[in-house]
Amino acid sequence: MDHNKISELKSVARHARKLIVDMLICAGCGHPGGALSSLEIMTALYFDLMQVDPHNPQWNERDRFILSKGHSSIGLYAILHLKGFMDLETLLTFRQDNSLLCGHPDMHKVPGVEMSTGSLGHGLSVGAGMALAAKFDKQTYKTYVLMGDGETQEGSIWEAAMFASHHKLDNLIGIVDRNMIQIDGNTEDILALEPYKAKWESFGWHVVEIDGHDYSQIAGSIKGAPYCTGRPTLVLANTVKGKGVSFMEHNPAWHGGGLKGDLAEIALQEVNAALAKEL
Amino acid sequence: MAKTSMRHAYAQHLVQLGAQHANIIALEGDLKESTQSIQFQDAYPARYIDCGIAEQNMVGVAAGLALSGKIPFVHSFACFISMRAIEQVRTSVAYPKLNVKFVVSHGGISPGTAGTTHHAIEDIAIMRAIPNMTILVPGDAKEVRQCIDAALAINGPVYVRLGASDAEDVYGEQNNFKPGMATQLRDGNDVTIITTGMLVHEGIAAADILRKEHGINARVLQMASIKPIDRNAIIAAARETGKIVTVEEHTVLGGLGGAVAEVVSEIGCARVVRLGINDHFCGVGSAACLMKEEGLTVENIITQIRTLN
Repeated sequence: MDHNKISELKSVARHARKLIVDMLICAGCGHPGGALSSLEIMTALYFDLMQVDPHNPQWNERDRFILSKGHSSIGLYAILHLKGFMDLETLLTFRQDNSLLCGHPDMHKVPGVEMSTGSLGHGLSVGAGMALAAKFDKQTYKTYVLMGDGETQEGSIWEAAMFASHHKLDNLIGIVDRNMIQIDGNTEDILALEPYKAKWESFGWHVVEIDGHDYSQIAGSIKGAPYCTGRPTLVLANTVKGKGVSFMEHNPAWHGGGLKGDLAEIALQEVNAALAKEL
Repeated sequence: MAKTSMRHAYAQHLVQLGAQHANIIALEGDLKESTQSIQFQDAYPARYIDCGIAEQNMVGVAAGLALSGKIPFVHSFACFISMRAIEQVRTSVAYPKLNVKFVVSHGGISPGTAGTTHHAIEDIAIMRAIPNMTILVPGDAKEVRQCIDAALAINGPVYVRLGASDAEDVYGEQNNFKPGMATQLRDGNDVTIITTGMLVHEGIAAADILRKEHGINARVLQMASIKPIDRNAIIAAARETGKIVTVEEHTVLGGLGGAVAEVVSEIGCARVVRLGINDHFCGVGSAACLMKEEGLTVENIITQIRTLN
């Protein structure tokens, strides 16, 4: 992958992390853990891989992205702002009274949000419907659905997984943010997902396992799709929950929560230091 | 009067609409003979998807299709759409106000001896509680066609409830159904019978006997549109007749009777008696047997009204 492109993507994600911390301080609440673990994935999609137009969000041929793990909205909002879908003033109203930006995104309020999500397990079916419509209409856009690993404990995900492979939706790309942590603890302690890759493969998906913080691997896995004609692709992205804020990393306590006091100071110092290094 | 299968009437009509609207896609949950969506499959196999026994996914797929400019018609039994897949209906269709039509068969206790698992006595109450949802419960084959035309004209989610039994043809050619409008089938100022679905037939029959044999002039209103509901017709009935009897193949909690009582309570000038299923699961029996047990008969409507008078 081009060195300059990687530098650009890293810069976008550093700015996004700073904005996420700002939003968590302003709002006093939010879901940082999964937003930070999936930030490189969303950065790569919006700044490298997807065809979207911030000036024409409903452009018919755009690629579609569904944040099935809607609680990671804070990351999506930051990326949509940096991409030009909304201004900074709007962004910083996150979870304030009368804001357009609730904790789980509303497609009718936020330009660039394809589908209202928040209740887990819905997005893959909706993405399958979009991918099916593209097949009906012989359109070439791709549909991307970002899921949390814990989210895939929902049975409806596996209904959708069966449906997508049965209908040969090779224009559908599922991405799982495999950060190993759900609200109540480690996924393998709460309700084990392993053998995880084999589960998806047995449902008829082509699975590519990557480091979800490595831009070359993210791009490589997505640009290679479809790997087999007629098969949907599942990118199994191994990530670190809370990535980029030291005390949040690997810590289930930071699935949800706002920032204040000393911890806000530490988080700000860390994301600002990352930005300063860039300069 | 002749009897017609509402499901056949529906399916034939959808096939006709499919010719005019290339963006109609039919989705089915492995019940294509029961819902008669098979007729659409035969006519337009490329625009038909049997989603299997996976109702939650089917509703999500419908949302994705609607987001891409299609008009999905989703088929299953009333109990499965209104309960098994209800969160997808609420969150992925009603909340974003997507253009998805749910046309369900086997509403109420019409599945009869199939048993309680297949009855839907709660679906209207459930759907009524969801914002953005339109609820239509037609009473005969003609009203089915009109409800489907109306559903298609609405840009948003619609729940159309059909029964499993054949329905008496009650309207002839004079009916002019519109969402939010009651259809007055008999005039009268002593009492008002408000029906929905196929029980319109019992409502009319009871009114005719009451007039002829007991000198009671009953107004009959068919509420095929449960949501939005015709507030003006209910208020007029309350003011002009003072007594309202609602008749529905549904629990008395939160359905037609609930909706009527809510409107009347705002003006407080009429008594409302709700006939329906009295907050219990029904026993084992044919549809006719269960309707009798639950008092959803011409005879019981007459008895109730004579008691009131």
